[in-house]
Amino acid sequence: MERNLTHIALFAALIAVLGLVPKIDLVSGVPITAQSLGVMLCGTVLGARRGALAVLLFLGLVAAGLPLLAGGRGGLGVFASPTVGYLVGFPLAAFVAGLVVERLRIAIFPAAFLGAILGGIGVMHVCGIIGMSVMLDKSLPEAAVLALPFLAGDLLKSGLAAAITRGLARLRPASVLSRA
Amino acid sequence: MLTLCSPVDTALHRWPAGVKLAAVALGSAAIFAISALPVMAGVLVALALVYLAQGRAFARAGLRLLRPLWPFFVVLAVWHLWTADLARGALLAGRMLAAVGLANLVTMTTRLDAMLAVLERLLSPLARLGLRPRVLALAMALVIRFVPVLLDKARDLRQAWRARSPRRVGAGIVLPLALAALDDADHVAEALRARGGL
Repeated sequence: MERNLTHIALFAALIAVLGLVPKIDLVSGVPITAQSLGVMLCGTVLGARRGALAVLLFLGLVAAGLPLLAGGRGGLGVFASPTVGYLVGFPLAAFVAGLVVERLRIAIFPAAFLGAILGGIGVMHVCGIIGMSVMLDKSLPEAAVLALPFLAGDLLKSGLAAAITRGLARLRPASVLSRA
Repeated sequence: MLTLCSPVDTALHRWPAGVKLAAVALGSAAIFAISALPVMAGVLVALALVYLAQGRAFARAGLRLLRPLWPFFVVLAVWHLWTADLARGALLAGRMLAAVGLANLVTMTTRLDAMLAVLERLLSPLARLGLRPRVLALAMALVIRFVPVLLDKARDLRQAWRARSPRRVGAGIVLPLALAALDDADHVAEALRARGGL
């Protein structure tokens, strides 16, 4: 019980820190926020339920007015902005990523990679695109065009999430709760 | 860690948080129902006046919070110039500005503790599903405490990287950072258990 709580809280903090750390070069030269990497890791490391709870905890604190989103954004305003779909997608993405790693009994790297792609890219962008389409009053394909530039970076982040999950599974096998 | 609540004390700070949240919910619904451009313009002017009435520094801070929206204004401008439907574009841009501006106003005038208290009250029905309010409060406090701790850790890792490598700081620091989070989680869990648990 205590361990579940502290893992959820610490990974919620990790999502925030990955969004706030200045300039990690994922692809050299292009500053991509690592925040969605944090969301993927919540799912692949903590598992479906705990991962989603960690993301919800993070979003609750953002809504309460802490500037924890990438670029120091936060507050209720972000839930009224066109990117709200991505925020709704965050916990669902972590849940799906975690579910894949929990259920798919294959090696941890391919399982986490697949989970990160399905959750962190698939679910995340479906929610985000629906959100932009509603908020900007555009058709779904039109809104999808706005999401396209981010796909390459997201694929890279999925690979990173998988590699990091494998690394954690080697170094702290008991702490990777999605497989524990 | 700083919150987005404005340090400029205003009369709005003294409204109960629950009232402000209900007002923003109703206000957003109304803003989304507006379909006439003059009405939207009127709402925006009124909102701007409310911001300005709280003082120049407050209004400037409010403007700063709106900055992340600019890419969407560009998208709307390009799109509606292309389709020659500028009135529609202006309405959508106004709607976005009004909804975000109104929500930011609540965030800027409500202290974090008041907001967390409302959040706890809203989530209290979940106690029946096993989510006790005390546990939720502890989880939120842990996040607030550990964001700066992990940020310090990230800074140390970046400095260590820069001391070792001429290349720019890369994703290599994420694994040790996640490891630190996992280890801290275990330590805090032990400390909680040692003090009698949850």
